Amino acid sequence: MSLEPTILSYLAVSVIMFVLGAVGVMIRRNAIVVFMCVELMLNAVNLSLVAFSKMHYVKAQLLSESSEHVAPGSMLVFFVMCVAAAEAVVGLSIIISLFRNRLDIDINNMNIFKW
Amino acid sequence: MLETVLFWVFAALGIAGGIGLILNRNPIYSALSLILNFFSIAGLYLALSAEFLAAIQILVYAGAIMVLFLFVIMLLNLQEEKIELSFDAKRGLAFILGLAFIAEMFYVFRSLSPFSEDEVAKLSAQDVALSDINLVAGQFTLGQVEPIGEQLMTTYLFPFEMISVILLAALVGAIVVARKHTYQ
Repeated sequence: MSLEPTILSYLAVSVIMFVLGAVGVMIRRNAIVVFMCVELMLNAVNLSLVAFSKMHYVKAQLLSESSEHVAPGSMLVFFVMCVAAAEAVVGLSIIISLFRNRLDIDINNMNIFKW
Repeated sequence: MLETVLFWVFAALGIAGGIGLILNRNPIYSALSLILNFFSIAGLYLALSAEFLAAIQILVYAGAIMVLFLFVIMLLNLQEEKIELSFDAKRGLAFILGLAFIAEMFYVFRSLSPFSEDEVAKLSAQDVALSDINLVAGQFTLGQVEPIGEQLMTTYLFPFEMISVILLAALVGAIVVARKHTYQ
């Protein structure tokens, strides 16, 4: 078995990182850490997008098709990064205002909407 | 050869960073583990020869977003969580769900092929063996500056403009939400 990474290796790393982020969201109680786990999940998906994008690019070259607009995945990664930046700014400002009102960002205590 | 080394080193570092993120009690250490993970993902982009995306990853994530996270963590001056490494029913359930998701995705990946039947026929007509093909090796110009810049200004011009609106909205929204409210 050769050590050279294939598309499956990249997808495996991506899935493991995504699951680490998802488990973190489920088990952590600090709102900032939960938020960082969401960023980790976004990044894991970005990695799989780049791997798929390259896969389609190499495949198009192999089949000698035009590779001009074949792999928009890398463009999607660019846009996901921009949206993640916007999301991080808004989320952190919500956490700051939450902390200002309650002096606590434990998500288990956020139950004022609980009926 | 180089990309093999890059892949294994950064895959291991990235997963280690992710584990550190969810297991550290102190949020500062969690944030530093996440920075390690972001750098590793940039390294994996390099292994895929997507240089522009690797540079953007370091600039935007490790440079901007994580500085913001660290600022907020230090601003809030949080205590460490008390009991983190105990293993109760909720954590056990999360762990089992995570393992189930990994198993499910691996099952899906194993049953998929990147080639359709027509393409397999075309490749075997050219005497190319499917097992010799590595689809993530070699050059990848679409991850570099010039094609991305060109596509941003042509095909993706409208999403590009919408991104600037989103960033402006996030900027204004963050200031409004985080500012000190005085009601009178």
